[in-house]
Amino acid sequence: MISPTIVRLGIRSIFGRRRGLLLVALPVVFIGLAALVRGLVGAEPKAASDTLEGLGLVVIGPLVALLATTALLAPEIDDGSISYLLAKPISRHTIVISKLAVAASCTVVFAVVPMVFAGLVLLPDEPALALGFAVGCLVGGAAYCALFALLSVITRHAVVIGLIYLLIWEGLLGGLLAGVRWLSITRWASALVEPLADVELVRLGTIYAVVATLTVICGGTWLTGRRLRAFNLTGDE
Amino acid sequence: MSTLRLEHVSRWYRNVVAVNDVSMTIEPGVTGLLGPNGAGKSTLIALMSGFLEASTGTVTLDGEPLWRNESVYRRIGLVPEREALFDYLTGRQFVVANAELHGLEAPGAAAEWSIGLVEMTEAQDRSISTYSKGMRQRIKMASSLVHDPAVLLLDEPFNGMDPRQRMHLMELLRRMGADGRTVLFSSHILEEVEQVARRIEVVVAGRHAASGDFGAIRRLMTDRPNRFVLRTSDDRALASALLADVSVRGVLLRSEGGIEVEAADFGRFSEVLPRLAREHGIRLHEVTPTDESLESVFAYLVSS
Repeated sequence: MISPTIVRLGIRSIFGRRRGLLLVALPVVFIGLAALVRGLVGAEPKAASDTLEGLGLVVIGPLVALLATTALLAPEIDDGSISYLLAKPISRHTIVISKLAVAASCTVVFAVVPMVFAGLVLLPDEPALALGFAVGCLVGGAAYCALFALLSVITRHAVVIGLIYLLIWEGLLGGLLAGVRWLSITRWASALVEPLADVELVRLGTIYAVVATLTVICGGTWLTGRRLRAFNLTGDE
Repeated sequence: MSTLRLEHVSRWYRNVVAVNDVSMTIEPGVTGLLGPNGAGKSTLIALMSGFLEASTGTVTLDGEPLWRNESVYRRIGLVPEREALFDYLTGRQFVVANAELHGLEAPGAAAEWSIGLVEMTEAQDRSISTYSKGMRQRIKMASSLVHDPAVLLLDEPFNGMDPRQRMHLMELLRRMGADGRTVLFSSHILEEVEQVARRIEVVVAGRHAASGDFGAIRRLMTDRPNRFVLRTSDDRALASALLADVSVRGVLLRSEGGIEVEAADFGRFSEVLPRLAREHGIRLHEVTPTDESLESVFAYLVSS
C-alpha cells in the first residue's frame, strides 16, 4: 500500500524547498511561547491547557499538516511533474497513501513531538496532559492531512484556501459559535484529548469525534485517490 | 507490437473545442504528429497517454481503454512537453526512481541502460537543477525508456535541443521505430518530422487535416498555390511574360511598385522565372514569398 520510492521522493521534495525551514520554525516558536507562558504564570493547569489547545491544536498542528501536505502535492500538480508518478502502473491510492504517510510523519515530528515538549515545559508534573494533547494533535493532524490532500487535487490554490479555512472556520468561527464544533477537526481533536488528559475543552462526545475524524481520514484519502485516477493533465495549448 | 487507435474522438473545454472528431491509428514505426501551435497536438497526446478523458469517442491501446487504466503504463513511455522535473534529484536518481515505480527487478541496471541510450552517462550524477534544456529533454527521454516500453509518446521532443542532440534523438527515434516500437512525436516543424517519420498525421485547429505517407503530404504542401512579390527592372514586361506560362495563375501590378504573382505550380515556376527574366533582359531585384507561414500551409491542407 505504501511505495518506498514515493516516500523517499516526498521527503526529498519537502526538505528541498523553503517550506522545510518553515516546518522547523513552527515548533521552535511553539516551544518558545510555551516556555514564555510558564515563565510568566508558572506551572498553572488552566494556562497550560489553554496554551496547548489554543496554540498547539488550533494553530501549530493544522499549519504543519497544511504545509507538509500541500508541499507534497500542490507543486507537482502545478508544474506537471506529477505525470512522472502518474504514468506508472501503480494504484493512485498507493500514491496518495504514500504521500500522506510522509505528511503524517511530518506532523508527528513537527507538531506532535513538540506538543509533548511544550506540555512538559508548561506542566512538568502532569505528563498525561502532554500525552493527551499529543494524541489529539496526532489524530487531528492525520485528518487535516487527508483534507488538505483532497484540497490539493481539487484546486490549484490549496494553500490559500487551506489557510482561509483554518483562520476563519477553525480559528475564528470555531471559537465564537458553539455549533461549529460538530464540523471542526480541531474540536474533534479536543474531544479526544479530554478523557486522556482529564480536562474539559469542548462538549462533544468522544465517539462522535472518533467517527467523524476517521470519516475525514478515510473519505479524504479515498476521494484524493479517485480524483488522481481521473487526473487531467494537458500541455500548454 | 502495439497499436493506438482513436475513433471519432472529440475533446472540448466548456465552449472551446480542442480536438474535433479525430480518428487515427498509430501503428508500429515512427509517426509524426504535425500541426501549428495550438492545433491540439498536446491534447491528442494527453488523450493517447490516458491523461485526458475524451468528451466523445474512444481511445484504445491494443483494444484496451487508456482512461483510468494504470496498467497500460507498463507498455507506454511518455515524454511530456513541460520541462518541470524533480529538480532536487540527480539525473540518475530520477531515472532510478522511475524504474522503481515501474516495479523493475533491477532498477539500477535499467537506469544505466536508458541513461546510456540518451548519452547522459557523464552528467548523470549532477543535480537536475543544473541541466540545460536539452539535457532535461534527454533525461526525460531516459526516464520514459527505462521500462523498455512498446509505445513511446513524445510531446515536442526536439524543443530546446542543439543540432547535435537533435540528430542523436532523431537517430534514436528511428531505431526505436525500426525495432517495432510504436513511436509518436509531435512537432510544428515540417523539416523535423520529415527527417524521422515516414508516416505523418496533420492536425489543424483540432481537426485531422491529413494523414499518410510523408511523400504524399509533402507533395500536397509544395504543390499548393504560392504567392510571391517580385521587384524587377521592368515589372510590366515580366508580368506579361509570366502570364503566358501555365505555372502562373495570376499577376497583379502593385501601386507601390513591383508585381504580385500567384504560382499554381511551384516547381515549374521556380525554373521559369529566372529563364524568362534572362530571355527578356530583366533584372530581378527581389523575390519574396508572401504566405510561407506554417499556418498558411496548414490552412491550405485543410481546405484541400
